[in-house]
Amino acid sequence: MAGAAGGGGGADFQWCFSQVKGAIDEDVAEADIISTVEFNYTGDLLATGDKGGRVVIFQREQENKSRPHSRGEYNVYSTFQSHEPEFDYLKSLEIEEKINKIRWLPQQNAAHFLLSTNDKTIKLWKISERDKRAEGYNLKDEDGRLRDPFRITALRVPILKPMDLMVEASPRRIFANAHTYHINSISVNSDHETYLSADDLRINLWHLEITDRSFNIVDIKPANMEELTEVITAAEFHPHHCNVFVYSSSKGTIRLCDMRSSALCDRHSKFFEEPEDPSSRSFFSEIISSISDVKFSHSGRYMMTRDYLSVKVWDLNMENRPVETYQVHEYLRSKLCSLYENDCIFDKFECCWNGSDSAIMTGSYNNFFRMFDRNTRRDITLEASRESSKPRAILKPRKVCTGGKRKKDEISVDSLDFNKKILHTAWHPTENIIAVAATNNLYIFQDKMN
Amino acid sequence: MGLSVLIPVFQDTQEKEAVLPERAEEAKLKAKYPNLGQKPGGSDFLMKRLQKGQKYFDSGDYNMAKAKMKNKQLPSVGADKNLVTGDHIPTPQDLPQRKSSLVTSKLAGLDIMSGQRPLLPAECKITAATACPTRPSCSLAKP
Repeated sequence: MAGAAGGGGGADFQWCFSQVKGAIDEDVAEADIISTVEFNYTGDLLATGDKGGRVVIFQREQENKSRPHSRGEYNVYSTFQSHEPEFDYLKSLEIEEKINKIRWLPQQNAAHFLLSTNDKTIKLWKISERDKRAEGYNLKDEDGRLRDPFRITALRVPILKPMDLMVEASPRRIFANAHTYHINSISVNSDHETYLSADDLRINLWHLEITDRSFNIVDIKPANMEELTEVITAAEFHPHHCNVFVYSSSKGTIRLCDMRSSALCDRHSKFFEEPEDPSSRSFFSEIISSISDVKFSHSGRYMMTRDYLSVKVWDLNMENRPVETYQVHEYLRSKLCSLYENDCIFDKFECCWNGSDSAIMTGSYNNFFRMFDRNTRRDITLEASRESSKPRAILKPRKVCTGGKRKKDEISVDSLDFNKKILHTAWHPTENIIAVAATNNLYIFQDKMN
Repeated sequence: MGLSVLIPVFQDTQEKEAVLPERAEEAKLKAKYPNLGQKPGGSDFLMKRLQKGQKYFDSGDYNMAKAKMKNKQLPSVGADKNLVTGDHIPTPQDLPQRKSSLVTSKLAGLDIMSGQRPLLPAECKITAATACPTRPSCSLAKP
């Protein structure tokens, strides 16, 4: 089925509901709000992090002839408390336990490893399975009590016996005290040995084995904080070149840095910015140009940025403008005043590529999410809702009406629910399976062919 | 005389606002908040962003205030616990208690749609890791 991802993009075929996880409660507890979603490299595991600092990992069921419809279903594999709330007395700072990002490490042995981070601390978690237990110890009983050594008359060799599968999660490394400001990104390098962590003003390089030191590779803190004009909003390593990374800013620019050129990458190698028409500048221009997410394509040739109203695809070889621009919800441009007042204008939407880089997806309001096919230039708006949640039900395209006359099935801009935001989405690395986080619920959709 | 000078300017602005919904929105915002800063993306806005999570508690102030007051109560907190005004000294009780989530995430619970039994196929357990260093926060005890 890997070919399916190579075919038409997300907007061409039909998407069906597969599963939804989470409670149906009207009253959503803050801790249950999903804050990050990430497939691992094979797509067999899907991790979510929430505001309560918890991680839940789902595993894809193997094909099972007796239950043909369960193929591709994701069920709970492991769950653990990754981060806890803390209070820094020295700085009078409350440190939220909210998981900002999860990034998987490529699998190298039977265990799975992931990095999870809150505002201040990154943790490396090992998730391993245990399905055997040793029985017949000499020095202790089966229930763990020590045996009296004088009573032992014969020796025996302990035997490994099968046991019910147990999945254990343990923190293997804790990378702390390296960030004064709030961590917004982590990115595992293609060398599988290092990773970067970025906060508002600095980016640090870590080695996965070493927790007591990290190298600062970008520092944009001005000598005088009054002169602060922009902050770092996201950062990512290039998927193939271990010396290259990019970081985006609140001013809508992206800087590509090469670690071979200098130890401190304050001077960029490439600077990506779309020229702005000065006559169209308004109070909101800078705020809506702030980039909330940056993602390299799987090919490494392109990168995608998400700002408040659009998604842009950039060719790494062309710095002066993006090669493609997709409007996510242009109708919000005439609502910017109220979106500023209710703080929605500061919402940080993420974006993602499909496995073949032929399609991109990002979220919007009213539990809508958008997909753009880069080849056919078609786009589609879908909704993650309980109403369209019957097994294998095909999702109906949604449309927002901007003009006066509202057609049947269309929804007017003023009726959109701005509390239902889809900020986090993920696309399976090879197949057409997507995970969409709608506040406290996780929706999984698949294409009809599956 | 002044009126005839004003009119052409008004028409010009109107045209611009029709062309740019953003400008119309900006006008609305400025009408509501006339004191809004000139540089929206400037240092004030960014500084606020960088200081997210700041709660003011000074153990020195608190202990001195307690010593002065002796039997009397410290001035109690107003409606907004996050706002420190006047003689109000924040107390450990004022700081919202951040308890860690002891409840399992609902995502790991019952699969509502298929009505199956709880989906945990295996026990999920956190094992204590010997490599786990101490917490990064200050060594003063938690409230």
